[in-house]
Amino acid sequence: MTARDGSTVLRVEHLTMRFGGLVAVDDLSFEVRRGTITALIGPNGAGKTTVFNCITGFYRPTEGRIALQRGDPAVWQGLEALTDSGQRGVARPEGALFLLERMPDYLVAQQARVARTFQNIRLFAGMTVLENLLVAQHNPLMLASGYTVLGLLGLPPYAAAERAALEKARHWLERFNLVDRADDPAGELPYGAQRRLEIARAMCTDPVLLCLDEPAAGLNPRESAELNELLLVIRNECALSMLLIEHDMSVVMNISDHVVVLDYGVKIADGAPEAIRNDPKVIGAYLGVGDEEVARVEAEVGL
Amino acid sequence: MGAAQAAGPRIRTRLGEALRDTALTALVALGVFLPLVGFETITDINNVLILTTRWPLLFGLVGSIAAVRFFYALVLAPRVERGALRLPQRASATAANILRNWFIPFAVAFAIVYPMLVVLAVGFGGAVRWVDNFGIQILIYVMLGWGLNIVVGLAGLLDLGYVAFYAVGAYSYALLAKTFGLSFWILLPLAGTLASFWGILLGFPVLRLRGDYLAIVTLAFGEIIRLILINWVALTNGYAGIGSIPRPTLFGIPFNASDNGFAAVFGLEFSPLYRVVFLYYVILALALVTCFFNVRLRRLPIGRAWEALREDEIACRSLGINTTNTKLTAFAMGAMFAGFAGSFFAARQGFISPESFTFLESATILSIVVLGGMGSQIGVAIAAVVMIGGTEIMRQLTFLKQIFGPTFDPTQYRMLLFGLAMVTIMRWRPRGLISTRAPSVFLKKRRNISVDLVTEGRG
Repeated sequence: MTARDGSTVLRVEHLTMRFGGLVAVDDLSFEVRRGTITALIGPNGAGKTTVFNCITGFYRPTEGRIALQRGDPAVWQGLEALTDSGQRGVARPEGALFLLERMPDYLVAQQARVARTFQNIRLFAGMTVLENLLVAQHNPLMLASGYTVLGLLGLPPYAAAERAALEKARHWLERFNLVDRADDPAGELPYGAQRRLEIARAMCTDPVLLCLDEPAAGLNPRESAELNELLLVIRNECALSMLLIEHDMSVVMNISDHVVVLDYGVKIADGAPEAIRNDPKVIGAYLGVGDEEVARVEAEVGL
Repeated sequence: MGAAQAAGPRIRTRLGEALRDTALTALVALGVFLPLVGFETITDINNVLILTTRWPLLFGLVGSIAAVRFFYALVLAPRVERGALRLPQRASATAANILRNWFIPFAVAFAIVYPMLVVLAVGFGGAVRWVDNFGIQILIYVMLGWGLNIVVGLAGLLDLGYVAFYAVGAYSYALLAKTFGLSFWILLPLAGTLASFWGILLGFPVLRLRGDYLAIVTLAFGEIIRLILINWVALTNGYAGIGSIPRPTLFGIPFNASDNGFAAVFGLEFSPLYRVVFLYYVILALALVTCFFNVRLRRLPIGRAWEALREDEIACRSLGINTTNTKLTAFAMGAMFAGFAGSFFAARQGFISPESFTFLESATILSIVVLGGMGSQIGVAIAAVVMIGGTEIMRQLTFLKQIFGPTFDPTQYRMLLFGLAMVTIMRWRPRGLISTRAPSVFLKKRRNISVDLVTEGRG
């Protein structure tokens, strides 16, 4: 597995997304380092989810380059050559490099191995928790079932692959404390458990980069603290890189290694959580204007 | 004292409400049945249409409906409101388990011995009608229902033009068999392949459509195929249809009265029953193969991907599932089984024309799937038996003529009864007869899922 060597795993450069006349994301550049948690924060409508949709292939960005690397960091040197070649990516045994803006959404998940969750949870509500996790392992299972042909005949390679898939599903259910509810329909789970299941399902795709869209939304403080713990453990064990959108500042400040702040689609700050917390521009973006300014206006109107 | 006073007006208001309700129902029934039942056009000797009326029948119908409604409003409705008559929700899961354990083996065994039972019951002469009209006819629709179940029930793609693939299968067999003289057993897979090719062809343009829009396009596709069959006279012979289509043989032994026919080879007296029974077992085998595929596919990754697609397409894409291919395979698989059924239909009838592939057929197959409970194998089979068997039984109800007069033809009322059955089912079991979904895999205990959680054919 890849080590936490601090090399770049995702590089977003000059990302711009326009919807008609509206510029949702304007010339955004940032990097996600391997084995770290990067938080993307900003006021409502700042364009955070749009950035997510661009990275995961749901939107095709108007401009910009989104490069993802796994394996040996040396493959980064081939970035310009890859960009000029017009290819979607290069995959060699020692490492792979992908240009996500050129790939459709399902290939971003399948080949580049970027997994995501959604702001409004998207589970397969009528399927059991276990089935949800098996759907996430669709591609390896499909290959093992010989694109259905071998599976229809019930040949042993497929049976073995299915057992392995069930074992992996069980592993993640245990990690996310859902194993008791494995055979319940996903739609019947309480809200907090549904959030956890969505992350467990994303983990079943063996991601290189996990994108979490407001994972703590709607959780109570205790659940949210547990989730923090779990995310940190997963990051450390799997050397997984995470990108998360979050409004809950306790989550952002507690678990993220790096914070990127967006406001009206423009990056206004980029740094360690401590630095972000004290950045006047960030405070201004969240509260409207800076403190001194507020004091001055208040004095003017005689408050 | 106080209670009695309170009870008095309550009964009176209930009676008043029931009367009002009954009057309204009778009015609606009158509106519906006046044109349907009240008037009748008859062609007389001079070939002139004469409008006659059937007041006694009309008022008898309306009166009985009003009576039933009055009883319902006065006696049943208050109980339903109190919840006394609510259908047990919990029981359905265990009922489904009982069905799975006992009903299926019994039903399959019954289907296998059915021709013999019929011969025992009505003798050699009468058996042809029972095996052909009931057995074969029902099994064709069971097979079609199971085939459409892949598209609508599992993948959630609402397909109103399913009969197009049935037609492709039938015409493929008829044309190829007549032109090249190939045997049924070679053309059966070929017809399935051609139909699934057309399934993919339909699938491509409609990939981005969902729900109602998809339904409209598939409906149009069904009509296009039918219109091509009517208008491409050089190939399909138009309305006149294709006749004397070769019949299937048993390892080259034909089922006819000739010297090398089945009866002669086995030293039996010739009877058309042999061919009918042979065809019965062919369609039974085809239907069971369809069922096997359905059950097997559900447990494979492709089946789970279909069901996931029905639930949430965007989530599927975020998990790396190629939704384009997944939808196309669903269309292709569904169409393939319709193609098999179609080529069997052509071989059984010996004659096909575009009349057999109207929208009504698509609607019948779809209602079998919906009434049976989307995604449920048993439900679909039961619905097919009830709907198709019901139609056939109505042809046999000659005693009704003694009640309603010699001009009474019960089959004319079959659409009315279908509608009634549909409304009843949708009122009491809105998700179909079998409204639980059995999970495809389990860790500790298989627990059926109430279909209320499952997204239905909205994809």
